[in-house]
Amino acid sequence: MALKVEIEKTLGSFHLEAAFETEAPGEILALLGASGCGKSMTLKCIAGIQRPDKGFISLNGRTLFDSAGHIDLPPQKRRVGFLFQNYALFPHMTVEQNLLAGVLSGSRAQRRAAVEEKLRAFRLEGLEKLRPAQLSGGQQQRAALARILVGRPELLLLDEPFSALDGHLKWQLELELADTLRSFPGGAVFVTHDRDEVYRLCDTVCVLNQGRSDPKVGVRQLFAAPATVGAALISGCKNISPARRTGEGLLECSGWRVTLRTALPVSEQTRYAGIRAHYFLLEEGPNPIPCRVERVIENLFSTVVMLRTPGPELLRLELEKERWAALAGREELTLFIRPEDVMPLTE
Amino acid sequence: MDWYPLYNSLRISALSTGAVFFLGILAAHYAARAPRLVKGALDVLFTLPMVLPPTVVGYLLLRLLGPKRIIGAWALEVFGVKLTMTWWSAIFSTVVVSFPLMYRTARGAFESFDQNLAGAARTLGHSNLWVFWRVQMPCCRQGILAGAVLAFARALGEYGATSMIAGYTPGRTATIATTVYQLWRIGEDELALRWVLVNLAISAAVLLAVNLLEQRQKKGALPWR
Repeated sequence: MALKVEIEKTLGSFHLEAAFETEAPGEILALLGASGCGKSMTLKCIAGIQRPDKGFISLNGRTLFDSAGHIDLPPQKRRVGFLFQNYALFPHMTVEQNLLAGVLSGSRAQRRAAVEEKLRAFRLEGLEKLRPAQLSGGQQQRAALARILVGRPELLLLDEPFSALDGHLKWQLELELADTLRSFPGGAVFVTHDRDEVYRLCDTVCVLNQGRSDPKVGVRQLFAAPATVGAALISGCKNISPARRTGEGLLECSGWRVTLRTALPVSEQTRYAGIRAHYFLLEEGPNPIPCRVERVIENLFSTVVMLRTPGPELLRLELEKERWAALAGREELTLFIRPEDVMPLTE
Repeated sequence: MDWYPLYNSLRISALSTGAVFFLGILAAHYAARAPRLVKGALDVLFTLPMVLPPTVVGYLLLRLLGPKRIIGAWALEVFGVKLTMTWWSAIFSTVVVSFPLMYRTARGAFESFDQNLAGAARTLGHSNLWVFWRVQMPCCRQGILAGAVLAFARALGEYGATSMIAGYTPGRTATIATTVYQLWRIGEDELALRWVLVNLAISAAVLLAVNLLEQRQKKGALPWR
């Protein structure tokens, strides 16, 4: 048991209700959700920068917050490292002074030694006397991470660490951050709205949808079989229709007016069906859906085809340009979908 | 030319700026974090002296500090000190009148302070006092200094309330502002003009300093250089 969170907080008309737990040592948990869903607020509650209205937070057996027991450890005593979106380096201090502000225990010589070790590990040598504004975005992030890790926190909290960066720079930083996260023993909570980052960097994921958290699942599972509509949307599922169970493994999808067979478990709460735009088969297969081509949109490396179904809603098909080229000119097209790719979804 | 008014004006302004510096920062620090309604009320209260005619401020101060009024009578009885009509009486009026300038500029600086910096410092283990003195104050330094300079300038130019509470006694309570009026009144045009020029020079220098501070603050990145 590493981190356990079960909190509620109301701010104006917004209500946050988040519950999740990490178990494995070093587990990297993603909090995934659209902007304004309460991800950052949850992170700040864990760090103690914001206070939940009620609930419980513990880290490695230490209670950080417990509204019933009137426990609310100040952020100074929580031993969590917080990487802010803008890195929050102290602008008036040099890189070295910023790192020194990260170690509070030990003699002066010990603190210096710890700082020097981190300066080396994060390739900040030669930049010690510069101020944050004189660093590149990548150097700033490395300095902020070094400042956090030099204080030996038990847990890392990362708030959208790549949101302020350009594409190519972002990729380089992501590789570096992945290494840092893997070598950090304590585990991390990673807040983001980017499903690709989650897939590449995290072990488990908890989807936050308008302030409510879904149960935590493994990252692969989120993409293979999301449980809720919110999770399906945030994991990139483009086709969703209201659906009703009409038999063993059968879903009547009213949006497309077809009945599809699914290989995934359907429950009492199943209200929707989801199909990823990449998963359609164009030749022979199960679950035929007769369609008419409505619109074709060229992407850089793929083609998006919007298809009119027998029902009121369109289907979105995405495929490589060459594959579409072979079919171009077709007005009628029957799509097929494997039963394991028809995802039953709850509210 | 008797330089006493210059000396008196400068010491009054310096002392009142010193007081307003701490009072204004304290008020701004509190108001910047207060709930909205409280903040609105405090804002009105703290800014009022800026929009009131100085004579109204002078009247209100006399109502409080006059030898027969609550505070004035108390000070006379307990300490045997008369609070009005001495050179330092003017400090009361200059503090009240220049306080809003310090308060408003400091509050603006505090409000634009990135709270993530405070959050980062606290998660790193630093006390709230450390955060205030070592992070927030240095980050807001330009705004706070600009506020202090403005407050100093305003104190230097204060006439209405000062003349009511400290009066005009040459060599004792005379300031530049009251001296100019007095000299003009008795027809000493030449001498009045000299004091006017002195005042102009000081005010121009002060405004220049404010401009420099604000420009550096806008550049933002390295304001302490």
